[in-house]
Amino acid sequence: MEIALSWYLGLSAVLFAIGVAGVLFRSNLIIILMSVELMLNAVNITLVALSQYMGEVSGQILVFFVMSVAAAEAAIGLAIVIAIFRNKLTVDVNNINLFKW
Amino acid sequence: MLAESLFILLGTVSVVAALGMLIARNPVTSALWLILTLFCVAGLYLTLSAEFIAVVQVLVYAGAIMVLFLFVIMLLNLGALPQLEKMDWKKALGFVLCVIVLSQLVFIVATSLQLMPATATVAEDAGAATTIAKTLFTRHMLDFEMIGVLLLVATVGALMLAKRKFA
Amino acid sequence: MDTDLLLLLIVLLPAAGAVLNGLLPLMWPQLRRSEAAIGAVGTACVAVPFVLALVLFFQGFAEPYVGSFYTWMGVGDFSVSVAYRVDHLSLIMALVVTGVGALIHLYSIGYMHGDRSFWKFFAYLNLFIFMMLNLVLADNLLLMFLGWEGVGLCSYLLIGFWYEDFKNSQAATKAFVVNRIGDFAFLLAMFILVREVGSLDFAEVFAAAGEMTAGTLNAVVFLLFIGATGKSAQIPLFVWLPDAMAGPTPVSALIHAATMVTSGLYLLARMSSVVLMAPTVMGLIAVTGALTALVAATIAIAQTDIKRVLAYSTVSQLGFMFMASGVGAFFVAIFHVVTHAFFKACLFLGSGSVIHGMHHVEHDLRRAGYKDPFDPQDMRTMGGLGRFMPRTRWTYLAATLAISGIPLTAGFFSKDEILFKAFEFGYDGHLFAWFVWSVGIGTALLTAFYMMRSYMLTFEGSHRWPMAQRVHPHESPWTITAPLVVLAALSLVGGFIGLPKLAEKAGLANWIHGYLVGHGTHHGPVVEAAATAHVSVGIEVVLIVLGSLIAIGGVWWAWRFYALHELTGDERIRLRFGGLYRWWQRSYYWDEFYDKVAVRPVVGGAENAFAPFDNRVVDGLVNAVARTAQQISRMARHLQTGVVQAYALAIVLGVVVVIALMVR
Repeated sequence: MEIALSWYLGLSAVLFAIGVAGVLFRSNLIIILMSVELMLNAVNITLVALSQYMGEVSGQILVFFVMSVAAAEAAIGLAIVIAIFRNKLTVDVNNINLFKW
Repeated sequence: MLAESLFILLGTVSVVAALGMLIARNPVTSALWLILTLFCVAGLYLTLSAEFIAVVQVLVYAGAIMVLFLFVIMLLNLGALPQLEKMDWKKALGFVLCVIVLSQLVFIVATSLQLMPATATVAEDAGAATTIAKTLFTRHMLDFEMIGVLLLVATVGALMLAKRKFA
Repeated sequence: MDTDLLLLLIVLLPAAGAVLNGLLPLMWPQLRRSEAAIGAVGTACVAVPFVLALVLFFQGFAEPYVGSFYTWMGVGDFSVSVAYRVDHLSLIMALVVTGVGALIHLYSIGYMHGDRSFWKFFAYLNLFIFMMLNLVLADNLLLMFLGWEGVGLCSYLLIGFWYEDFKNSQAATKAFVVNRIGDFAFLLAMFILVREVGSLDFAEVFAAAGEMTAGTLNAVVFLLFIGATGKSAQIPLFVWLPDAMAGPTPVSALIHAATMVTSGLYLLARMSSVVLMAPTVMGLIAVTGALTALVAATIAIAQTDIKRVLAYSTVSQLGFMFMASGVGAFFVAIFHVVTHAFFKACLFLGSGSVIHGMHHVEHDLRRAGYKDPFDPQDMRTMGGLGRFMPRTRWTYLAATLAISGIPLTAGFFSKDEILFKAFEFGYDGHLFAWFVWSVGIGTALLTAFYMMRSYMLTFEGSHRWPMAQRVHPHESPWTITAPLVVLAALSLVGGFIGLPKLAEKAGLANWIHGYLVGHGTHHGPVVEAAATAHVSVGIEVVLIVLGSLIAIGGVWWAWRFYALHELTGDERIRLRFGGLYRWWQRSYYWDEFYDKVAVRPVVGGAENAFAPFDNRVVDGLVNAVARTAQQISRMARHLQTGVVQAYALAIVLGVVVVIALMVR
């Protein structure tokens, strides 16, 4: 445990930025959802690292909850993707603009 | 020394894998890259001696969630994209924003270095399942139950969404 | 039961009736057909308060009782409460309102039978009673004004009750607008009082009245008087009342004869202690009343519509009441209000019964194939109705004799008292009172004449409607005739509550004088002018005999004249008076005068000056705002691309900004 806390935080920042990039660049809905999972993981790293360094177990509990929510979100998100695909035969966000003015 | 090299190895692989997910044209490839990232993150949890979370990470993320993703990709029979994605002003702006977010985060970390504890002050069993269970089933009992309800609702909702025939 | 509860019940029951009759049939249209239930609820919601008011009446209330229920508004030290005052004046008015009101509700069940908006009519009537009770029971001017406006609103709604006919809704608008002029003066008077006294409670206003300067006091009394002329149809604001006859006849009886139009008199009587401090304005009041009485009486002679005769007669009688107020005999004005409520309500309801009968005649005529226009209110096509409608005829005759002032009827006592008071006031050294008195004598003669004329043309003589051999009217049902009988009986005996001063010699006191003004050390709610010189008994006897002779003479003259000439009698009068008669027929061209002086300039000015301003500037401004919003939206809606990533981009942008703000 000689690694400095800042390393974990920096790595988390990099992974988070890659997740944001995935959401903004990719037009495939499924990959966007995967990018969201990546962002959640980046946050999880921060939480676990801080939890261990500050001697507070609540951070890990929170990670546990984040994972559960991520699972729920993935289930719902993918169900929506399936529903959209059935309807429009595409998962490209550029072709899905039902909420346009 | 071992720990440091382990961190560097896992960190580098996870970042590379994440970038692989970002640029892979085939969704299946993307998913496989992401699985690699998630495994690396699990390893990082181990370096933090958070064994329980590491195991859950492998079980839930790399196991359940990513299998779900792969199932859906195959169910929809999605192939690789026919061509590279177009660049437009939105993407350009997105790239700039990503860089800004990254630099902001790094800036925050860099400027708060002296506030951080230098070494872990935690007991050896801090990441053990028993430690977490004690807190989870005492202080966070209600939250735990609520997560159960949330998952139930999500399951039912996913079922309904996938079952329903849209016009 | 305690007084507060009784008071609340008296005031709120009519309101409850209005809500029940108004809202339930509105929501469940099938209820609108159940006339029996609607009529019963409407009548009960007025009859029960009458009984409760009787309970209060027999409890006495020689000292005023004020029940305060709720602070309406409190601004600084100024506060107005919903407070009701029980004293002899408000009790007697409440009794008249609910008593006559209940009879007219009962009458309306028969009169309005089969009308499409039967339920609405009863809802309005109940609302009117509620507002009128607020007016007479209020303990402060503002609550009274609430009732004042409320009865105006109900009057408007009921005049225009058959609004499908444009004439009726025009009449309603006219009544409303003319009343507004008076209401405005009332408001101004209240503003002055708030500034000078800092309160609108009667007790505080009375207490502070003595400390006001003469100019302020005169202004207040004058403005209140203008307010009263609006509601009580005096010169110059009387023009709305004859047109108000467009409403259903029970409305004319209740609102435009018995109750609402007397609220101006009530206002003056309530403020009597203040009014007495402004003798100049009192002279104005008396002279206005006298002129109104004379003008309206002459107009009434030349009218052929049975309801218009009664309308002008009402204006004329209200003029008598103002005469009484102007000579400081407010209690006599209230006395005449009471007796007038009896006989004028009876007359109106009788005319309603006649119109009801003539409607059946019209109906039968149409069935028999008669095509020409037929006006069921025109006396020229009536005649000899007494044979077919005996109860209506006798009650109408009784009321006619009462209003004419035939001795021992109700009108005799009250009208004689007015004339006597005017005479006494003149005897006391007020010159204008002589003028008022002589005009009053002349008007009394005219009253007897034109009222008997309307009776003769309607109930006696030959049948003048078309096909008189084949069709004839029938007597109205009991719900119509029962109130007539009650009111006719009251018209005959109701005057004994105010015996002339002469009767004191026989040990019979003037009850209403003692009740309202008080006797000995006790003071009632109404103040009267203190007389210094006393008219001797001999003169009083002469005056009473003179009044009786005038009434009998007028009645007898009209009887003979119209029994002999019937309809051609009008022709003879026209030939005799020539141009003057045409002025009477057209009500002295008041309407035309107002049209030229007030209505046209206002309308023309509005059309030429304000309409362009309104169209260009006001509307233009509004349109510009709307157009700007539209333009901005047209551009802004492009932000809503519907593409998720654009939204994600916005979120990230927001994140960047938030982080930037946090680490700054």
